[in-house]
Amino acid sequence: MKVDIYERFWMWGATVMIVGFLTAIVIASVTQAVQPPSHMETIDPATVFTDSEFANPGVTIHDDGSVTVVVRSELYVFYPRTIRVPQGRPVTFRMTSPDVLHGFQIVGTNANATVVPGYVTEFMITFHEPGEKLIVCNEYCGLSHHLMQGTLIVEPAGAAAPSSTTEAETP
Amino acid sequence: MSHAVTGLEHEHLDAETVGALVNPSPLDIARRDRFDRFRLEFHNFGIAIGAFGLGAAMAVMQSLSRADIDLPFRSEKMYYLSVTAHGVLLALVFTTFFIMGLGYLLARLGFGKLEWEGLAWASHWTAVFGSSMTALAILSGSSTVLYTFYPPLQAHWSFYVGATLLIVGSWGFCAVLLRTFIVWKKENPGVPTPLPAHGMVTSVIIWILATSGLAVEVVGMLIPWSLGLIDTVDPVVARTWFWWFGHPLTYFWLVPAYVVWYTIMPRHIGGRLFSDHLTRVVFVLFILFSTPVGFHHQFSDPGIDAKWKLLHTVTTYAVMFPSLVTAFTITASIELAGRLRGGRGLFGWLRKLPWKDPLFASVALAMVTFGVGGFGGAINAAFAMNTMVHNTAWIMGHFHLTVGTATALTFMGVSYWILPRLIGRELAFKPLATLQPYLWFLGMILFAVVNHVTGIMGMPRRVFSGQFQGSPVADQWQGLTVLSAHGGIVLFVSSLFFLLVILGTLMVGKKIEPPSFDFAIPVEGQPERAGLWDRFGLWTVVAVVLIVMAYAYPIAHLYGMERFGSVGFKPF
Ligand code: HEM
Ligand SMILES: [Cu+2]
Repeated sequence: MKVDIYERFWMWGATVMIVGFLTAIVIASVTQAVQPPSHMETIDPATVFTDSEFANPGVTIHDDGSVTVVVRSELYVFYPRTIRVPQGRPVTFRMTSPDVLHGFQIVGTNANATVVPGYVTEFMITFHEPGEKLIVCNEYCGLSHHLMQGTLIVEPAGAAAPSSTTEAETP
Repeated sequence: MSHAVTGLEHEHLDAETVGALVNPSPLDIARRDRFDRFRLEFHNFGIAIGAFGLGAAMAVMQSLSRADIDLPFRSEKMYYLSVTAHGVLLALVFTTFFIMGLGYLLARLGFGKLEWEGLAWASHWTAVFGSSMTALAILSGSSTVLYTFYPPLQAHWSFYVGATLLIVGSWGFCAVLLRTFIVWKKENPGVPTPLPAHGMVTSVIIWILATSGLAVEVVGMLIPWSLGLIDTVDPVVARTWFWWFGHPLTYFWLVPAYVVWYTIMPRHIGGRLFSDHLTRVVFVLFILFSTPVGFHHQFSDPGIDAKWKLLHTVTTYAVMFPSLVTAFTITASIELAGRLRGGRGLFGWLRKLPWKDPLFASVALAMVTFGVGGFGGAINAAFAMNTMVHNTAWIMGHFHLTVGTATALTFMGVSYWILPRLIGRELAFKPLATLQPYLWFLGMILFAVVNHVTGIMGMPRRVFSGQFQGSPVADQWQGLTVLSAHGGIVLFVSSLFFLLVILGTLMVGKKIEPPSFDFAIPVEGQPERAGLWDRFGLWTVVAVVLIVMAYAYPIAHLYGMERFGSVGFKPF
């Protein structure tokens, strides 16, 4: 097959570019475990309100300093409404929905996951800067979708955090 | 391969019609003949353009609402209903009918005739009936589930049944094209498929691969669920089948636009197609790589292993390759035209191009826009970077550049070329037609680029209001949403111009001898024999193997997990 010389150059260029992108992605995901939330755990959506974990959503600070945040996303609220986490510690978010799909996006960070009824979404993130962040639902869930929001407060590392608290908030 | 249609074959005219006309002039006869020959195409284009007009009218209201500009009738219910209708009418109805019209046209011209034309008509009315059913379900307010209809949001059953009938109609179209192709091949052994028809057969194959996934979701899950025959469906399983369909869907939109870029535009501006061979390679690569990529729409979903998401990332990047080759081939074809028109120097050829011609301007601007959109697409597909943009306003900025411009503007541009040839009338209101593509481009740059920016700032897509109850974070994007609303207004004016030109041409366009349909001739001449890249059967088999490799394990794994379905919800 005859291919024009310039077009050959172009095709090689395109190939190099694509391979370059892919190499960067694969290296990042293998060496630094950079990957999107892909947790494999299911839960019966009908039991979310009685489930020992999701009936009492809140923040737990473990003895080793790591943090778990359990969030229940439901039409049109994230519980807890205000989430307080310490700065600079790995925070594991665990969430599910008793009704439809929701999105959980902490504006200005890399936290962005789909919350699916029947499944548990889990991902880990560390917040390096203290301050207040807006949480929005970014998956259409009904007529008040644009009102579904929450607040995340990252408390400065200096603030004396109790070694283990459970801050539950129920409707 | 210039498929000139002279319009002088009078045998289609029956005696009765002739008798009814008092001394029809040769011009009238030529025009009537032409129209009779392409009635099917005309009907499909008509429905497409009607859907486009409705969808565009809703869009301007949406873009104002997102900017919190108060309008009469503005309400949450209206907003989400309108976004559902806009998405369905433009992304599904407009595109599918236009592609069916274009497919029938290019197959009829390339293969000389259409087989099974009765089936084509039956499919047309099935699709019209189905689309109307879905539109009614949306307008009644019972089905505000958006055009992606993710369960557990549950629409009225007629929404799903209508959509299914639209797809069934499109399968009839596929059957007609494939049958015509097979019959032609038998009669012309070893002859390479005429390129325009070759491209449309490619779209048909992609569409069949794509819609197989949709059928499993809608027929196997959503219809029985909405009728109450089953209680629950699994949202991740449904999304997986949906995106099996959803990504090749975008190539079903794009390939016909490429067909216009490769085979119609170069000839129209007095140039040649730069490479016939590579064009065929490009089409085959789309068949291979457009389907096994769906997980790049589900990066942030639970229930699918990250390794499989990574694999789909690789295939997603592979499918960028044919588009990059297209960028070269089309630019080279345009440059050739510029030089044949007397352009000199490194960039002098650009000035010789017919910038006032609406088909050329549409294609050129569609290409530029697609360049920007493709760059954004590389970011969307980038596995981890996706979390920065997933479901933000960036995404809707992205697909308004791609399907909303690369495809839609090309279709508008080629309508200016097709319509005079179908009905034997000159374009009416030419200055509006000349301006229209530029207005679209301007409006879209404003609308879509601004949405990319607010998306990066974190503004979600599909929101009635961007205020978030006065949150200071949301204040940052307030002014920008107003800017994008201005883009929406410019786009609306451009759509009106398009509709005016089409209606004007139909009603008052000057009657002319219908021009012939001519297609681009490759620089290296027509290929002599059908080669490896013409072997659709072979490539389809390879594509199926790739799909099985990409999907079999993760789908089997999903089905094998202990899962709990969801009942339906109607929070609208
Ligand atoms: C007439 C110019 C257009 C304007 C002003 C416009 C504006 C909009 C707006 C404001 C939205 C809602 C976005 C949101 O809330 O997230 C939207 C959604 C959408 N538009 Fe357009 N649009 C136009 C043309 C098109 C075209 C030509 C197409 C495709 C052929 C298209 C396809 C879509 C799709 C698929 C959606 C997504 C709906 C959803 O998120 O469920 N639009 N458009
Ligand atoms: Cu929500």
